[in-house]
Amino acid sequence: MINIENLTKKFGTNISLDNVSCDFNKNDSVALMGANGAGKTTLIRSILGYYHPNSGKVLIDGLDPIKDRIKVLKNISFVPQLPPPIKLSIEELMQYISISADVDKELIKHYSDEMKLDISANLNKSFFKLSGGMKQKLLIAISLAKKSSIIIYDEPTANLDPKARDDFYRLLKQNEDEKILLFVTHRLEEVKNLVNRQIYMDMGKIVSDEKF
Amino acid sequence: MKNLYLIAYLDLKESIRAKWFLVYSLVFGGLIALFFIAGVTESQVMGFSGLSRLLLMYIQITIVILPIFILITTVRSISGDRDNHILEYMLSFPISLKQYYWGKVIGRFITVYIPVLFAMIIAIVYGSIKGSPIPWNIFFLYTGLLFSLSSAFLGIAFFISSIVKSSEVALGIAFFIWIFLLAFIDIALISLMMQQRLDEQLIIFIAMINPMELFRVAAISLFDPELTVMGPVAFYILDSMSRALFLFLSIIYPLALGIFFATIGFIIFKKKDLV
Ligand SMILES: Nc1ncnc2c1ncn2[C@@H]1O[C@H](COP(=O)(O)OP(=O)(O)O)[C@@H](O)[C@H]1O
Ligand SMILES: [Mg+2]
Repeated sequence: MINIENLTKKFGTNISLDNVSCDFNKNDSVALMGANGAGKTTLIRSILGYYHPNSGKVLIDGLDPIKDRIKVLKNISFVPQLPPPIKLSIEELMQYISISADVDKELIKHYSDEMKLDISANLNKSFFKLSGGMKQKLLIAISLAKKSSIIIYDEPTANLDPKARDDFYRLLKQNEDEKILLFVTHRLEEVKNLVNRQIYMDMGKIVSDEKF
Repeated sequence: MKNLYLIAYLDLKESIRAKWFLVYSLVFGGLIALFFIAGVTESQVMGFSGLSRLLLMYIQITIVILPIFILITTVRSISGDRDNHILEYMLSFPISLKQYYWGKVIGRFITVYIPVLFAMIIAIVYGSIKGSPIPWNIFFLYTGLLFSLSSAFLGIAFFISSIVKSSEVALGIAFFIWIFLLAFIDIALISLMMQQRLDEQLIIFIAMINPMELFRVAAISLFDPELTVMGPVAFYILDSMSRALFLFLSIIYPLALGIFFATIGFIIFKKKDLV
């Protein structure tokens, strides 16, 4: 359960989130939409506890994601908008994740296979040397292997070919039960079957919120 | 704890693969080895006065190179990761900020210090092959001085890295601090001294709170305990404290400075937006 209450976040004079209030409950699968600069990423980063709000608060299962960052992040899987240029090898990255978040490496391999990404052949390759699509596939595999009750995707399909997108949506469909899924996307038709709620943001505000 | 080691270990592995590390190891490791070998093996041949110029040159080069290497390679560690969104991803896992930050500090410290240590060991091996007696006290003191000089600049670098938003700015500030400590302070103090505006002892005190200057004097004193090359300045220093106390301070003070800056850096890192 995520509670967002009167959340305002400014960068200088720019108001990125303007008094946003919103709850997400178990079994909500949300398409989070809106023009570039609407505040979607800022909202997601606030949920992850990266930003100190100017006012208002975010609670995740009653916990503050900044003060209780470890407890909160144990239950969140996240794939960012752009795969970062991490210099660790795939092996090292998996080590980081398996030790810090208690994720089973075999499960990462399993989901990579499902995404048609052969990681065994690339274990010693630096993450940033993978192609854009391969990076995205690995991050998706990790997000699924980390058994979290909240899954957050910030435009994860940009680099994926249509086949990979289908694989991804299929896997997600199998894994979304009893969870909160937040999915930032510009292509509603693609995620229609996955989501049961649709939120539009504009200029830091939620302008529409429909469940169906 | 396991996360702390994990971060340190991965940072270390990542740095060791980087090209800057290779250059740093060769340049700096080579210099220190030469310094130590020359200082130890040739001093019997040339006597101190013949050797002093050579040693001073090595010390001088160390003072110029070590801080700037540490600053430019470290100052971007956190700010760079923030810039290119690595932090955004890596910190989405349940790792405390404390473990992340101090893990990075420890990893970087080991990275920076390894070539120094190797160079010293090479010098010792070389010395014993040549059959010169190894002056262990000088070895440990010089290693200790390098240790604390490294930690001072590492702390400063992490401090800068966590206060600025972009790694370009961090690099700019690092250069400024380096030049400032390397030259401006001296120039300013010399001109003040010439105008006789300040008490000499105060001027020397100000010069000595600069970790680079302190390192210079302490390193010279290893081979020239009376600090004869320093002229009248030596009189003030050795008059106000014993040599042992002076060496002790020149190891403790930069170390404390480094820990201080790194800690302030951590407090700021925690208080600010992470990405
Ligand atoms: N770290 C930041 N510093 C300054 N401005 C920011 C920062 N992050 C976001 N913004 C601004 O906040 C607004 C919302 O950005 P964002 O949440 O990234 O939008 P979206 O993800 O919906 O495209 C934009 O105007 C953006 O320029
Ligand atoms: Mg965005």
